[in-house]
Formats: sequence, structure tokens, C-alpha cells
Amino acid sequence: MIFLKLIVTNLLRHRIRSFISIAGIAFSVAAMLTVVTILQGAIGMFSGILSSDSEIIVFERNVSDLFFSNVPAAAVNEIAGWPMVSHADPVLFGIVSSADHPIITCFGVTAADARIRKATWIAGDKRAFAQHPDDVVLGERAAEFLSAKLDDHVPIGHGVFHVIGIVKTANGFEDGGVFMPLDSAQNFFHKQGTSSVITIKLRSKDDAASFKSRVKAAFPNLVGLEDAEFTRSYSQFKILKATAWAVGGCGLLLGGLGVANTMIMSVFTRIREIAILRVCGFSNTQIAAMIFGESAVVSMLGAASGLLAGTCLLCVLKLVPALHGYVDVTIQPVVMLIVILLALLTGIAGALYPAIYAMCIRAVEALRFE
Amino acid sequence: MSLAKEETSGQSRILLRAEDVWKSYDEGAIAVLRGVNLEAAEGETVALCGPSGCGKSTLLHLFGALDAPDSGRVTVNGVEVNRRRNLLRLLRHEVGIVFQLHNLIPDLTLQENCLIPTVAAGIDHHTALARLHQLAERTGLANRLGHRIQKLSGGERQRTALCRALMNKPKILLADEPTGSLDERSGGAVFELLLDLVATEGVTLLMATHDRSLARQCDRQLEMHDGRLHEPASA
Repeated sequence: MIFLKLIVTNLLRHRIRSFISIAGIAFSVAAMLTVVTILQGAIGMFSGILSSDSEIIVFERNVSDLFFSNVPAAAVNEIAGWPMVSHADPVLFGIVSSADHPIITCFGVTAADARIRKATWIAGDKRAFAQHPDDVVLGERAAEFLSAKLDDHVPIGHGVFHVIGIVKTANGFEDGGVFMPLDSAQNFFHKQGTSSVITIKLRSKDDAASFKSRVKAAFPNLVGLEDAEFTRSYSQFKILKATAWAVGGCGLLLGGLGVANTMIMSVFTRIREIAILRVCGFSNTQIAAMIFGESAVVSMLGAASGLLAGTCLLCVLKLVPALHGYVDVTIQPVVMLIVILLALLTGIAGALYPAIYAMCIRAVEALRFE
Repeated sequence: MSLAKEETSGQSRILLRAEDVWKSYDEGAIAVLRGVNLEAAEGETVALCGPSGCGKSTLLHLFGALDAPDSGRVTVNGVEVNRRRNLLRLLRHEVGIVFQLHNLIPDLTLQENCLIPTVAAGIDHHTALARLHQLAERTGLANRLGHRIQKLSGGERQRTALCRALMNKPKILLADEPTGSLDERSGGAVFELLLDLVATEGVTLLMATHDRSLARQCDRQLEMHDGRLHEPASA
């Protein structure tokens, strides 16, 4: 108890300094949690587009980004005819811009595509899709920011399109996107006869392995991956995840420097007190444990506050219309665990030098210290 | 010169022993101890007198393992203190130290300050509390246990420091000007208490002091001049 009291007393002695350190860790944790959760949400959204009513995605082997993938129509037709395949939907991804919006995602899809079939149609009739080449269906948010209504003509990229429907989906990318008939999209993006990916629904999930082998044998330039495999291996996702952790890591590093500063000041201002503990028989291990204990308390309070602040921030962001569908407030336990561990490690690393300094204090000299 | 306890019976056990101890600072520029020899037996009270800077505190620090001699041997209860592995055991169980300044932790209560040595030594809380209550009763601090150090008078602080030094039942008490920061009346009361506790606990006392009237109440008085120990002419 006295040991804990020493730790708490030392932190309470310089409340403002301790508070600033806790706040530093809290901001870092909140930033890391928010960035990682938003990016993971975005990755989940993108994966969701691909896994909409499908289990496997086929795309061009060794492309760095699906926007650069070209899957020939012949492959779509052949794969659709394989007995193990329930349906194969080609999707062409494209990016366009409008006057006020630099990035609008376009989906070139067929009328049979699950995105068209399963979406909630707020306006328009899904049977009208792909009847005319200049018809488009807008996601709810896209309609909002393009200020478009049913039957309006909207400029998108270098063309003007007729809005024949507005759909609502749970997916942020789709909700902010434009759905075009596949042929129109191929012409618009100068990718005649190709799609970016084929989303595959198998008759039985047990056929996944044999399907992938068959793709490899029949189309050496293509690769088939199950949804989970794709999410794990897609280089863009890896880059996004690495970026998120790196940004959060930098934040924690700054928080760690704050802890180090606090602990150094804390040790420097009580050299005499540490000497007294030494005279009372405290070992190096006990002195170090006290310093690390203080740092751990700061880190844990910071982590707890940061998790709370991060969660609140995500809840607020979820309410922002522009971010609708992109922010998932569900914080994965593994993310939470990693963030807490990183905060603790940061605290310990920050206390390393102060602890070594404290262990090196010689009582006889320190007791003369004023 | 060897200032050993005159053993009246062969059963007196030597607890403190310095043999030809030399100590200097600033790479030998300031010689503080010059071949000091000293012995103190179990239960004996020894006063070290002498002017400031003569080496009294340094000698106490060597016995308390707070510093190491340049040469010579310092043994406490038969164990050489220069060896690092002995230091913790020495500070936790063999030696209690009282300084001129109380050296208590101001943000803790009297009770918490006194329990620090028991935490260091891993003594269980109930045993430690029982010991504290016993010492607090004897030092008149029983009703002050929950008070912070800032709320205590100078005499009470020094009595607290005395309690803390005796918490782990050490065999030896090293006191460096224990009454030096107190007025005559408080100092006298604290010293009386110190002698009483030392006698009842059977502790060996080695005390550095300027106050010859206090020194005279000890079993032996030693004069220290220029880093050397002498028997006082009047002793």
C-alpha cells in the first residue's frame, strides 16, 4: 500500500505536469484509435463492395490497385459457365470528378449485379437500369452532394448523365458512388471489353479451392482470392493499415516524449527523496519499479481517457453526413488491446532513462542535494 | 591508533569495526579520514565529537554503507560493508540512520514515512503496524500517526525519524547530529528519548555530535581531528 501511495503521491504532487502527460497519451491514443478505426472501416467498406453477394473475387494478377486491373470479357463469359459458379458479375471501377467533388467512384455493373438488385431504391425503378447508355443510378449521398433528383441530368466527368434512380446502401463508397451500365462505363473509361474484377458467387463454398486452381490453370494472368484472403493480401489495404499505425505510432511517440519529460522532471525534483528511500533499504529494483509504476499509471490513465475520447470522436464523426457509411464506431478488441499495449510500452520506454538515472543516485551525495 | 572497546568480559561482541580506514574526496585532494580505527561493541553508545568537516559524518556514512572507503576495512556485525551484495541487508536489517535534518517525505503521513523501511524489507503490514504503534507509544507520537510531516513540530519530526530508523529492529543506530537542527530543550528531549530507546532495544549507537554535554552521556566519547580519532584528554 505504501508503495502505491508513493506512486500516487508523486503523481499528485505535480498535478498539472501529470495531467499534461496523461493528456498527451490520451490524445495519441484517441488519434491512433480514430485513424485506425476509420481506415479499417474504409477497408471494410471496400471489401464489402467486393463481397456483396459473392465469395471470391477474380482480378488481374500482380496489379497494385484494382483500378488498374483488366479482366477480359471472354474470361467473364467462360467463368460464368463453369458448373461450380452460381453467378459471375463483372465490375469496372473508375474515378471521375464533378465541379465540386474531385473524387466520385463509378461502378460499371450489369443489371444482374447484386448492388443493383439488393440496394434500397429511394427513387426510380431498378428494372430501368442499363436500358440506355447515358443512364446512371446515384448513391444517396452522391445525389445529395450533386444536388440531383430523379430524371435530372448531371455532369459527371466529361459527360452528362440521366439520373434514373437513387439508391441507399449501408456502404459509404457505394452510397457516395455512381452506378453505370457496364458497357457505358467501359466506353467512358476507355476500357472496352474489360472489367476491373469479377465477383463470384459459388454454388458451394467448398468449391473455393478448386475454383481458384481452375482460374490459375485457365487464366494465368488472373488470380482468384476469397474475400478474407483478398483483404489480407491486397497491397493498398496493407499500405493503408501501415499508414494508420504509423500515424498513430508517431502520435504515441510524442506522447511517450511527454511521459519521459514528466518522469525526468519527477526524478530530478526528488533526488533527495529517492536517496531517503535508498537509506531506508530500497533496492534498485524497488526504485525502478516505483518510477515505472508512476509511468504505467500515467499511461493507463492516458489510454483509458484516449479510448473514451476516441470512441466519442468516432460517434461524432459518424453523425457527419459527408462521412456517412465510412465510419464504423465498432472498435475491434484487437485494436483496443494493441492501443493499450502500445500506450503502456510508450510509458515504460519514456520512464527508462529516468528509472536508470534514479537507480544511479548515490544516497550520500543526494542527501547533500538541495 | 586503535580505539577499541575495552572488553571487560570476553563476551562483548564487536558490531562496528573500522580498520585503517582512509577516505578522501576530489581524487585525493581532500583527505577526510586518515587511517581511522574504531570498534564499538553490542549495546555500546559511542559519541564522535569534533569540528565540522573533521570526518565524523563520513565515518558514519561508511558504517551505513552509504559510501565506500578508499582503503581499509569497515565491518558491521562481522560483515564487510564494501561488498555490494551486503548493502541492502545492512540497510534493511542491521543499521538504522538518523540525520541532522529529519529527511522525511513531506507528502506522506508520519505512519507512512515510518513504514517505508518495512516496505523495503518486505515485512508484512500487520507486523509493521504493531511495531510502529509500539515505537509511537514510546516516543509520544501515537496520536500523530495520521498527520502529515508538515503538521509536525521539529522535535516530532526528529522523533519520527528516530522511529523510522528503528522500525526494522536494527542492531546499530547511526546518528549524525540528531539534535543539531533542534533548540536546546527539544534537542535534549529527543536525545533522552534516543538513549532510552537505544538502551531498551539493546542497540549499539554511534553518534556524531558537536554537543559535548550530550556526548558525555554516552558510554564512550571519541574526538576526531583532521581525519584521525583520539580519546579525549578529559575522558
